[in-house]
Amino acid sequence: MHSDNLVEIEAVAFGYGARPVLKGINLTARRGQVVAIMGSSGCGKTTLLRLIGGQIKPGQGTVRVAGESVGALDQAGLYRLRRKMGMLFQFGALFTDMSVFDNVAFQLREHTDLPEDAIRDLVLMKLNAVGLRGAAHLMPAELSGGMARRVALARAIALDPMLVMYDEPFAGLDPISLGVTGNLIRRLTDTLGLTSLVVTHDVQESLKIVDYVYFVSDGVIVAEGTADEIRASALPYVHQFVHGEADGPVPFHYPAPSYADDLRLGARRA
Amino acid sequence: MPTTCVWERGVLRQTIENLGNRTLQGVWRMGFATRFFLAVLLHSGTAFRRFGLTIREMYFTGVLSLIIILVSGLFVGMVLGLQGYETLQTYGSEEALGILVALSLVRELGPVVAALLFASRAGSAITAEIGLMKATEQLSAMEMMAVDPIARVVAPRFWAGVISMPLLAALFSAMGVFGGYLVGVQLIGVDEGSFWSQMQSAVDFEQDILNGVIKSVVFGVAITAIALFEGYDAPPTAEGVSGATTRTVVTSSLAVLALDFVLTAFMFRGLN
Repeated sequence: MHSDNLVEIEAVAFGYGARPVLKGINLTARRGQVVAIMGSSGCGKTTLLRLIGGQIKPGQGTVRVAGESVGALDQAGLYRLRRKMGMLFQFGALFTDMSVFDNVAFQLREHTDLPEDAIRDLVLMKLNAVGLRGAAHLMPAELSGGMARRVALARAIALDPMLVMYDEPFAGLDPISLGVTGNLIRRLTDTLGLTSLVVTHDVQESLKIVDYVYFVSDGVIVAEGTADEIRASALPYVHQFVHGEADGPVPFHYPAPSYADDLRLGARRA
Repeated sequence: MPTTCVWERGVLRQTIENLGNRTLQGVWRMGFATRFFLAVLLHSGTAFRRFGLTIREMYFTGVLSLIIILVSGLFVGMVLGLQGYETLQTYGSEEALGILVALSLVRELGPVVAALLFASRAGSAITAEIGLMKATEQLSAMEMMAVDPIARVVAPRFWAGVISMPLLAALFSAMGVFGGYLVGVQLIGVDEGSFWSQMQSAVDFEQDILNGVIKSVVFGVAITAIALFEGYDAPPTAEGVSGATTRTVVTSSLAVLALDFVLTAFMFRGLN
C-alpha cells in the first residue's frame, strides 16, 4: 500500500442476497484529498461507504483503511479503527433525544476521560467551525435540514478523525445550505488535514470542491479523474450524468417487455 | 381437465412453498431473537457501570407508567371489593373480603394486569423508539462512532424494564388493596378490623408476595426483551415500525398470559 493512500479498495465485489451490487471496484483516496464517488441512485455508492466503515464485509477483494484490512478486523479492531473515522449520514442521523451540544459531545464522553469543562470547550469549538455555536442548546427537532447536516458534521469531526465519509451531504438542501455545506467539507479537509470521501449525485456542487472523482455504474468504476477531466469527459455516461440528460447510456425506461405486447395490441386486432 | 390439473398443481406447490418459507423465516427469527437476547445479557456491563443510563430509562418506562398503573389498580381493587362482597355475603363471610382482595391482587391480578398495562404503555414505546432510531440511522451512526448500540441503547432499557416491572406490580397491588378497602370498609361497611387482620393472617410472604414478585420479574424480562427485539428487527419504514409496535403488544400480552399459567401451575400447586 502506498503511504499516501488512506483508503484502498481492490477488486471488491458485494451483493445483497443473489443481487450483485458491486462487481469489482478499484478505488483509492489519498490523504488530504476530497474524493467524490458519483453515480445514479441505487448504483452501490452507499454500499461502498458501508464497506469502508466495516458495517458490511466484501464478498471478494479487500478494503484497506490506513493499512488495515477492514474485512479482517474483529469487533474490537473495527471499533478502534472507527474512532479514527467520522461519518455524515444522509439526513444527519442526530440522536433526537439529545441536544445539539450533547450530540457533538457524545463521542468525547464515550471514548475519552476528559473533564466536562474540556468537553464543553471542544464541543463549542467544533460547533463554531460549522457556524452553529449559538445553536448548542437546541434540540434536533428545532433545526432545519441544513443545520442538522452541519451539526452532524461537527459530531463527525469531534474526535479529529483522519477520514470523514459523507453520504449524500447535499441531498434536499436549499442553494445557500448547499454552498455552505460544500465549502465546509473543503475547508475542514484542508484545515484539519482530513481525507474526505463524498458519496453524491450532485455533480455541479461537488465538482467545485473535489480533488478526484470516481463514477460508479452497474457495479463498476466507469470513469475517474480530476474535476476538470470529468467536466471535459466525452464518455457518454459521464456526459449524460454531468449534463443531466434524461436519456442516454442510463435509459429513461426501466427494462420491460415490449410496450405493444404489454398493451395487448396484437390480441385486440385478432 | 389438464389445464385445471396443472393450475391446481401450481397452487398446491405455491402453498407448500409459502408454508416452507414462513416456517424457515419463523425458525430464523427465533434464532436471531435468541442471539439478540444473549447479546443483551453479555453487553449488560454498561447498564450497571453507568447506572445513570438505566435510571434514565426507568423514568421513561417506569415513572411515566405510574399514572395508568395506579389508577387501574385502584379501580380493579374497587371492583374486586364490590364483586367479592356480593359473593361472600351469600355465605355470611364478608369479613374475608380482605383476604379475597389481597390474594387475588398479590398472586394474580397485580402481576398480570400490571404486566399487560406495561406491555401496552412502555413496551410499545420502547419498540417505536428503537425502531425509529434504526429507521433514522441513529443506531448505524452509533456503530460508526465505535459505540455498541446493544450496550449503550438496548441493555439499559432492558434492565430498566426488568427493575420497573415488579415495582409497578407492587404499586398496582397496593392501590388495589386500598381500592378494595375503600369500597368494602368505607362504602359498604365491612368491619375494618376483620378486613385487615384476616388479610394479615392469610397472606403469606413467601408463598404469595414473593411468588407474585417472581412472576412480575419474569413478565418484565419477557415484555422488555420482546419490545426491544421487535424494535431492533423492525423494517426501517413507517409501516415496519407500526407493525413491530403492534406485534410487541400482541406477542408480549400473550406471553404474559401463557407464562402466568405455567408459573401458577408450579407455584401454587397443592396449596390450600
